[in-house]
Amino acid sequence: MNAIEVAHVTKIYRRYSRRRQFATLKSALLSGSLISDLRPDEMFSAVEDVSFDVSEGRTFGVVGRNGSGKSTLLKLVAGITKPTRGGVRVRGRISALIELGAGFHPEISGRENVFINGIMLGLSKREITRRFDEIVEFAELKDFIDAPVKTYSSGMYMRLGFAVAIHVDPDVLLVDEVLAVGDEGFTRKCLDKFGEFRRRGKTILLVTHSLGLVERFCDEALWLDAGHIRAIGDPKRVVGAYITDVERSEERHLAAGDARAREAAAAVPDASRLPDHPVQTGETPPDMFRATEGRWGSRDVEITGVDLFGDDGQPSHVFHSGERVTVKLGVTASRPIADFVFGIGIFNADGVCCYGTNTDLEELTAVELSGSGTVLLTIESLDLVEGTYKLDVAVHKRDGFPYDYHRLLYTFRVKSRTKDVGIFRPPHKWEFSPNIKFKDAGRWA
Amino acid sequence: MLRNLRQLLRYRGLIQSLVARELKARYRGSVLGFFWSFINPLLLLLIYSFVFTVVLPGTRPRELEPYALFMFCGILPWTWFSSSLGESSNVLIAGGNLIKKVLFPAEILPIVTVLANMVHFFLGLPILAIFLVYYRAPLQLAELVWFPAVVLVQLLLTFGLALLVSSLTVHFRDIKDILSNLLTFWFFATPIIYPMSQAPEYGRQILNLNPFTHLAISYQEILFYPGPFGHWKWLIALGVASFALFALGYFLFDRLRDSFAEEV
Repeated sequence: MNAIEVAHVTKIYRRYSRRRQFATLKSALLSGSLISDLRPDEMFSAVEDVSFDVSEGRTFGVVGRNGSGKSTLLKLVAGITKPTRGGVRVRGRISALIELGAGFHPEISGRENVFINGIMLGLSKREITRRFDEIVEFAELKDFIDAPVKTYSSGMYMRLGFAVAIHVDPDVLLVDEVLAVGDEGFTRKCLDKFGEFRRRGKTILLVTHSLGLVERFCDEALWLDAGHIRAIGDPKRVVGAYITDVERSEERHLAAGDARAREAAAAVPDASRLPDHPVQTGETPPDMFRATEGRWGSRDVEITGVDLFGDDGQPSHVFHSGERVTVKLGVTASRPIADFVFGIGIFNADGVCCYGTNTDLEELTAVELSGSGTVLLTIESLDLVEGTYKLDVAVHKRDGFPYDYHRLLYTFRVKSRTKDVGIFRPPHKWEFSPNIKFKDAGRWA
Repeated sequence: MLRNLRQLLRYRGLIQSLVARELKARYRGSVLGFFWSFINPLLLLLIYSFVFTVVLPGTRPRELEPYALFMFCGILPWTWFSSSLGESSNVLIAGGNLIKKVLFPAEILPIVTVLANMVHFFLGLPILAIFLVYYRAPLQLAELVWFPAVVLVQLLLTFGLALLVSSLTVHFRDIKDILSNLLTFWFFATPIIYPMSQAPEYGRQILNLNPFTHLAISYQEILFYPGPFGHWKWLIALGVASFALFALGYFLFDRLRDSFAEEV
């Protein structure tokens, strides 16, 4: 049996405009629909033609970018707002963890607030009395329960709100990103509580940005994009599709940024016309603390194009940690040159040089460069942790005199499923003797 | 609408606790606490008594003695009425968090406001009783049985207006300011600090259109004037009108309900 049925639901909001929704009292009294007299440019559909069912006892995850309509969807299911079109049916008692402690009154004690909040969420006085100790224990507020709520820290406030909401013992639990708050220990406890819910066959609708949580926890997932369903079904597949799309849009974003940087660099006058321009004398990495974006050099040899390629051979700006990445430089020499060095440098967002090399350091002796050509540098395994990186590329003389130096003009992102830290991820694996057991031991195998 | 009212009945536990919370929270932290419920009407009474017996003596007819008791009969219910309306104009906006984040019938908020003020009214009644005994007011049991009926009519009227005011203020925020001025005017346009008999002939027609006139006169006839309760026809008519107003208020509130979560 379905616990939640959402059928062709559309929710239209009024855009902010100076025109009031009802111009006169009369229209407020007479106009039946709240949006019927709106012009199309005043409307904004937060959710459009969304349909899905959640069968009883399943945990259903909703992912999507900010502003994609996730929270609206949750409010529609909770019944807090009504759909403009379509229908929502929920079987059983609902408890919505949308904003914790939304009904708390700051002046009265935690104890009284627990009762009022509990009644608001649909419990009877007797039920609350019976569960009161359990609620207080869960919220870890034994010593403060008789103090007015206004004296609580935001964490205490939230814990109490969560404790009440979770002890309503709903058949359907709606959760909106409430796990993002609270310390490690409390989050753990909340997750355990959700687990317990699942085991007892309750239905959970979970809206979250934590994709890991959706993969681990949900039986089914929905990806909402600008109010539309983009994917629905197996959480691993949905999350995968979502991640790919996020990468693609980051890619577009970075590509646009690169184009701008290149344009800006092209507008920078050549070094030859700027006699006091700092000339890099050392090898890469140059002084990273004074590093600013830019382009300089005599242009006897010019770098005409810089492209990055991923595993699939397609130009890209977003890579996975460990992916094979190729940097391709297009170069043109205005006259035959014998003294030249190609170099690259990779910098992270903090400006730290993660890696730098050039053909001279790697003991390649230059002989001649004439006309146009390409230079390929293949990094077999891009073992960087997740983050945004900037790229230096340059062609210069052995003594450092620049022909064409592109400083931090190119940006790329490294994505990783593992949120490890640092700069460099050496290829590694864990091994344990048989008496040490992990649930997900096979995950990295 | 009937279904909504039945649902409201289901929420009576919540209404109860919210009224209790409202009363507790209002005086929490103040030294005199609940005594303010007694002191507020007394101070108001003191001011008016001072003005009309010391500053402007002789402006009232002889038969209105004791004058303080006469005014008290009207001021106490008026305070209930005017605070309820004044507070309910803001109640949905102030309770926006509840409407947007918790599944919860919004009409509970204005209803709680009216009921909390009714409790204040009830708390003022013992003081009124002391006045009545002190001045040896001519009370009759046959008249006193009408008292609950008057309270009920006032409750219905206040509910209706509170629903109208609270739901419309969400869309027309000016109502809040208009209302606070209107209530001052309304007070003086009601025979509370003067008797109906003192109003000029043409003014009486207008005063009769004011619903609170009949409530005030009813209270005065029951508690202040001797003789049988003669205003009952007006009271019943007002009761019917109040019910109609309540129905209208509820209808409008229900119609605008879905817009609250978006507008507040």
